[in-house]
Amino acid sequence: MFALSSVLLPPRAVAEHSHSPLTSVFSPESTPAKSIFDLSIFVLSITGIIFVVVFTLLVYSILKFRANSANADREPAQVYGSNQIEMAWTIIPILIVVVLFLATARVIHAIQDAPEPVGAVEVTTIGHQYWWEFRYPKLGIVAANELHVPVSDPSRPTPTFLQLLSADTDHSFWIPELAGKTDLIPNHPNRMWMDPHRTGIFLGQCAQYCGAQHAKMLLRVSVDSPQDFEAWVRGQQQLAVQDPSAMTGRQVFEHTACINCHTVSGTPADGRFGPDLTHLMSRTTIAAGAAENTPENLRLWIQNPDKIKPGSLMPAMKLGDADLDAVVKYMETLR
Amino acid sequence: MSSNAITIQGLEVEEKPWVDSLHQWVTTVDHKRLGVLYILYALVFLLLGGIEALIIRIQLMHSHNNFVSPQLFNRMFTMHGTTMIFFVAMPILFGFANYLVPLMIGARDMAFPRLNAFSFWLSALGGFLLYFSLVGANGLYGAGNAPDVGWWAYAPLTARAFSPGHSTDYWTLALLVSGFGSIGTAINIIATILCLRCPGMKLNRMPLLVWLNLVMAGMLLIAITPLSAAQIMLLIDRYFGGHFFDAQAGGSAVLWMHFFWIFGHPEVYVLIIPCFAFMSEIIPVFSRKPIFGYPVMVAATVCIAFVSLSVWAHHMFTVGMNSYANSFFTITTMAVGIPTGIKIFNWIGTMWGGRIQFKTPMLFSIGFLFQFLIAGLTGIMMAAAPFDWQLSLSYFVVAHFHYVIVGGILFALFAAFYYWYPKITGRMLSERLGKWHFWLFLIGFHLTFDVMHIPGLLGMPRRIYTYEPGRDWDTLNLIVSIGAFIQAIAILVFIWNLISSYFNGAKAGNDPWDAWTLEWSTSSPPPAYNFATVPVVASRRPLWDLKHPEDPDSLYD
Amino acid sequence: MSAAAISVVEMPKTWTLPYRGKVAMACLIIAESAIFTIFLVAYLFYLGKSLTGPTPREVLETPIFFTICLLSSSITVHFAGKSLERNNHPAFLALWSLTIILGGLFLFGTGTEWHRLIYEHGLTISTNLFGTTYYSLVGLHAFHVSAGLIMLTVVLIFALAGRVHEDQARRIDVLALYWHFVDAVWVVVFTVAYIVGR
Repeated sequence: MFALSSVLLPPRAVAEHSHSPLTSVFSPESTPAKSIFDLSIFVLSITGIIFVVVFTLLVYSILKFRANSANADREPAQVYGSNQIEMAWTIIPILIVVVLFLATARVIHAIQDAPEPVGAVEVTTIGHQYWWEFRYPKLGIVAANELHVPVSDPSRPTPTFLQLLSADTDHSFWIPELAGKTDLIPNHPNRMWMDPHRTGIFLGQCAQYCGAQHAKMLLRVSVDSPQDFEAWVRGQQQLAVQDPSAMTGRQVFEHTACINCHTVSGTPADGRFGPDLTHLMSRTTIAAGAAENTPENLRLWIQNPDKIKPGSLMPAMKLGDADLDAVVKYMETLR
Repeated sequence: MSSNAITIQGLEVEEKPWVDSLHQWVTTVDHKRLGVLYILYALVFLLLGGIEALIIRIQLMHSHNNFVSPQLFNRMFTMHGTTMIFFVAMPILFGFANYLVPLMIGARDMAFPRLNAFSFWLSALGGFLLYFSLVGANGLYGAGNAPDVGWWAYAPLTARAFSPGHSTDYWTLALLVSGFGSIGTAINIIATILCLRCPGMKLNRMPLLVWLNLVMAGMLLIAITPLSAAQIMLLIDRYFGGHFFDAQAGGSAVLWMHFFWIFGHPEVYVLIIPCFAFMSEIIPVFSRKPIFGYPVMVAATVCIAFVSLSVWAHHMFTVGMNSYANSFFTITTMAVGIPTGIKIFNWIGTMWGGRIQFKTPMLFSIGFLFQFLIAGLTGIMMAAAPFDWQLSLSYFVVAHFHYVIVGGILFALFAAFYYWYPKITGRMLSERLGKWHFWLFLIGFHLTFDVMHIPGLLGMPRRIYTYEPGRDWDTLNLIVSIGAFIQAIAILVFIWNLISSYFNGAKAGNDPWDAWTLEWSTSSPPPAYNFATVPVVASRRPLWDLKHPEDPDSLYD
Repeated sequence: MSAAAISVVEMPKTWTLPYRGKVAMACLIIAESAIFTIFLVAYLFYLGKSLTGPTPREVLETPIFFTICLLSSSITVHFAGKSLERNNHPAFLALWSLTIILGGLFLFGTGTEWHRLIYEHGLTISTNLFGTTYYSLVGLHAFHVSAGLIMLTVVLIFALAGRVHEDQARRIDVLALYWHFVDAVWVVVFTVAYIVGR
């Protein structure tokens, strides 16, 4: 119990970014994102040069070859073409493409075919309409919406490898500062990895249109120091807190449809359609980032989810006020 | 106005009851009238699609806005994309092709006039079906639901389980029906060009517009049909219990993606190639020189057509194909940029050493060159698959393809309007209004679509009805939305120009631009039969030869 | 600028362009080939991936006889066209009718095969991936055979009314081209479904 409360850091205590913007592809903090960033600078430089050259030619031709009163009465020389010029501006682009391709192919291979080292953390990510399920099979943890991973020291890397699955439609996992996005497609397991180089909170969201509330399927990755990660893991591995003061709420919870969709470990609630609620209070937000994790929001969410996330698959539970308060109180004990 | 005794009265002269006129228009098989019908039809849908865009932009003006519900927003972006591609871009390009191709090859009409009419009305039915969904589609949530699955309609979102009701079916049927119309048009264009050219017009003497429409039509035959096939499969899944895209039975969502993009990528080349055609006719005339490198332009276009059939999965870089597949599609996508770039160089080569006149068609053409260059370069950026893993599905892509479609295709279309409107109606469009249209639209376009790249780079995905504050996306989205309104005003100026010039524009005469292809030899508008006697040509620019008998092109042919 | 002035240029000595009917049918065939290709790709992709239910090996019987019927109908329609060109109306009518009969036999064969698959083996379009892809592919082909038979019958009606002569030989040829396409597609479908797929 006491170990648990040490895990209960107030949400904002985790080191936040001091720089903005929060989710730029040009602020890589992980090897895949950095490889992409380096490649992108190379590509931008080459396309930039091409732009400057062609733009200059275009502007020059507009200015130099304007019709004016001096030449208004004569047609200019009717030139049909030039084979040498055509050759030149065919060969040069071919060479540019070859160079760009070789640079790109190296990065594709480096990212996609990277072998998984022994110390890697493994997470199975399952996309749902409209929330994220995170399972750590080797650690026996089931979490939702807020992913915790350890920071990775380049000298002794501890990357996180994610297997990506979907329970319904297509989704896409995108944390710009940590990696390129990869889709979650039913019946088509995908794999991606990241090795964040510093601790902090990293934001992202679903990038593949998945239905009404695609916009609010947000992602929050907490990159923890090794000690913090260990502490978080231990906390998540515990069964649900059994707080006697919340018995009324727990009864309401277990005798209503809640248990059909939600799991609270160590209790009869073992539904898998909705997020696991065992350690709900360890998350800073609810409804996949749609609202802050406060008692008021929880109450509103349970009573009328459409007020927070219209079109989400959480039904309005239509509880009486007393039952509702009790359930919220019970939720508040699930640290 | 020419005093050619052969010319019989055109559209505006005869006084007859309006009912008779209406009947003639509805039952017409004349390629010129069908061309005008296609164009007018597309303009109506341009306004509808534009309203949908404005609704989207108002909702996205700032974070956590609630101008529209999420469900309505999702219908808006689905309808906007579907409308603009299938019921604006395609019909308007078919309209111009229909109008111009027979005239440019010295023919009396298309090869199959009745098939032409049938194809138009099929396409029209498709558009009607799509919009009927607003009132007709029944679902769990009551009557009247436009499709909301995105214009790509990815499986399994389109399965009955995730899209109950009929919205998706309206999407499917509308496109299936108009797709068959497009096939009919493609067959007609190919048969016309191969079989009805006037004597002397060998394939290497055809105007580039004719060549490029031939290539476009060939691409249509094998690009549209994969979509039709996939849509039949979708209907089988939704209504006959089929499992083509049913993950629970072992079906593959990725298979839909492959089929869709095997259509979807060649489709965008189908859209841009006729615009290349417009540029290849207009830029030479306003530079007072022939197109630079005609054979290379033809070869490059054919090359683009073939290579573009091999690039489709660059829309699927994030789907989890292996590194070899991703590398393959990277190289093919970069490769298709080569012939495309060559065309840009050839257009600049046409202007080089010329005597450029900055009339409105040329202003829009120069805008096209500048913007298509940028669009092509952002395309190259995304061809690099790892960079695309960041940029795909974000507002960077949305900015890129709008740069092509609005900055490229729409600008080329505006140029075509100002260039051929005199031929079609006998009146010039107002240059003054044209310049207002151009500059307003240019400013609005760049305000919107230059800035739009940035939220994408800052992590903003597409197809979201709202976004979180504190991501630095708010101001950028506001600027994008303001630009959209400026473009809307410019479009209104354009529509006003079209209407007022019809009644008050200066009389155009046969050949207001001093051009060189056969359509400029007829009256404006041309008689119903186009040519009193079948033309015979000896070069690519028959009117240049007539105007410059001392230095005809036929000497060098 | 009068249109008459253009004809100042000399007419080329010969100027023959292809027949538009042939070109149009060739284009239609190209487009239809693309549709069939997509259904074939789906069939091949899903081979062996059904999670349940009968497999091709368990239930398919190679329809040799009906295939021979269909492929022979290509021969009869070809010679029917030739007869018409030589104004041999009785031969044309006989061969054209034979084509329709052979095509009809093929459809009958498809029908009996489907009846057997559905009622004896319980294979429908919704049974599994094999059922879905098989009935779609063979069904799409049968649909095209049916459309062809309807058009052939229309021509037969006009021929019996005495309206089809050697002047129409070009148009008959276009329809025959469609029929040859339908047969060629069957060769591919047959190979994929009954040989490769088993």
